[in-house]
Amino acid sequence: MGILIKNIIRFAFFILVQVFVLDNVHLHQMVTPYIYFLFILWLPFRMGRTWQLVIAFIVGFTLDSFRHHPGFHTAACVLIAYLRPFLINLLIPQEGADTNYEEPSIKSMGGMLPYLVYTGVLTLIHHSWLFILEAWQFGDIWYFLVKTILSTTVSLVLIIITELLFVRHQKFRTNTV
Amino acid sequence: MRNIFLFIRSYFNFLFFLALQGFSIYLIVHYSKYHNAVFSNTANQFTGKINKEYNKIEYYFRLKQTNDSLVKANEMLYNRLKADFELPDTTSKSVIDSIQIDSLAQYRKYTYLPAKVIANSVSAQNNFIVLSRGESQQIKEGMGIITPNNGVVGVVTSVSKDYSLVMSLLHKDSHISGKLLNGGETGTLSWDGKTPNIISLTGIPKSAKVARGDTIISSGFSTSFPKGILIGFVEEVIAEKSTNNFMIRFRSAANFYNLEYIYAIGNKQTEAINNLIDKVKKQNQ
Repeated sequence: MGILIKNIIRFAFFILVQVFVLDNVHLHQMVTPYIYFLFILWLPFRMGRTWQLVIAFIVGFTLDSFRHHPGFHTAACVLIAYLRPFLINLLIPQEGADTNYEEPSIKSMGGMLPYLVYTGVLTLIHHSWLFILEAWQFGDIWYFLVKTILSTTVSLVLIIITELLFVRHQKFRTNTV
Repeated sequence: MRNIFLFIRSYFNFLFFLALQGFSIYLIVHYSKYHNAVFSNTANQFTGKINKEYNKIEYYFRLKQTNDSLVKANEMLYNRLKADFELPDTTSKSVIDSIQIDSLAQYRKYTYLPAKVIANSVSAQNNFIVLSRGESQQIKEGMGIITPNNGVVGVVTSVSKDYSLVMSLLHKDSHISGKLLNGGETGTLSWDGKTPNIISLTGIPKSAKVARGDTIISSGFSTSFPKGILIGFVEEVIAEKSTNNFMIRFRSAANFYNLEYIYAIGNKQTEAINNLIDKVKKQNQ
């Protein structure tokens, strides 16, 4: 399956799951699980940075259209898409892993720990930026902190479950280096 | 000049990132202006269709609750029937009027239009409800929305051809005026973005007598709602230290978690009242 078609299906899947399943989960008023931004975390390594930003903008804007208040998710998605390449450069274990594999996963990042750091840091950034923008208008710092930490934890658990449920087969491409 | 181009080229990604980020924040801040211009027509129509398809499935799981609330609403209406009341005095003369004219039609102020909720949220900080009834089905901006059991839900903020968007009470910009049924003092509703179904009423002076369990109704001062529609029941009364007002936290009469059918209230005098206000505003300028 081509990368493009795979990503289009993934995009539709993540947005629909977020809007119709996760947005209807009311665990507690403090906890809002988000998972759709995993689409951005799973984008191919070799994609141009400008394109990553454009795609993140589209993802965020699509989700915002379902919530009828544009801007919040768009801002958070663009932020993690911008920071993603820096984090990948820091975490990739050996020279050339990002050219040997297609996209970030447990295998291509060289183990569970780097991958968890990668998703964990970006989830935390996404959630805190999102909640800062929302809390800007409400203004309660403790509420914001607790909400960010709880939501990040729940989202991370969901991401790990997704990772275990949908195993992505990563081909090792030897002839690229 | 060359240096400027070099600078832009080497920092293109960062500048592009700043531009996108700035645009998003612009959207957040200038939400209402933008919203009316673009969102109501294209995005609403598109997301409305997807929501409608999804709601077809979800609707079956809520049939029981929907039915219960309709039975309750019916019960209330049955109890208002004229046939339920018998006057002891029967000295009245009955005249058969052969001209079939609804003599009350010209005095009608409010009309109720049923509509189905196809998307609803409570978990966001700013919540909206989408109705599968729009401009071509007589929904207009500014109409009040109530549940079948007479609880205030929100106000229509924008309409597209077949769908309309309701700003629910659970939205930071939602400022409907509410009134205490007992004392008659009026205040403004606002939501702090935390617990759904718990809303605050501010602007009630400390001289008012409020207790837990008191009823809050709509004031009838806006053109959206008639007077006396249930808004909620007082849960907690907090005296604000800095002002002379109470901060009243109340539980909303409408349950925002399971909205299925709602009624939109059309006010026939809206235009006349708004025209008058506009005229006075112009004179004062």
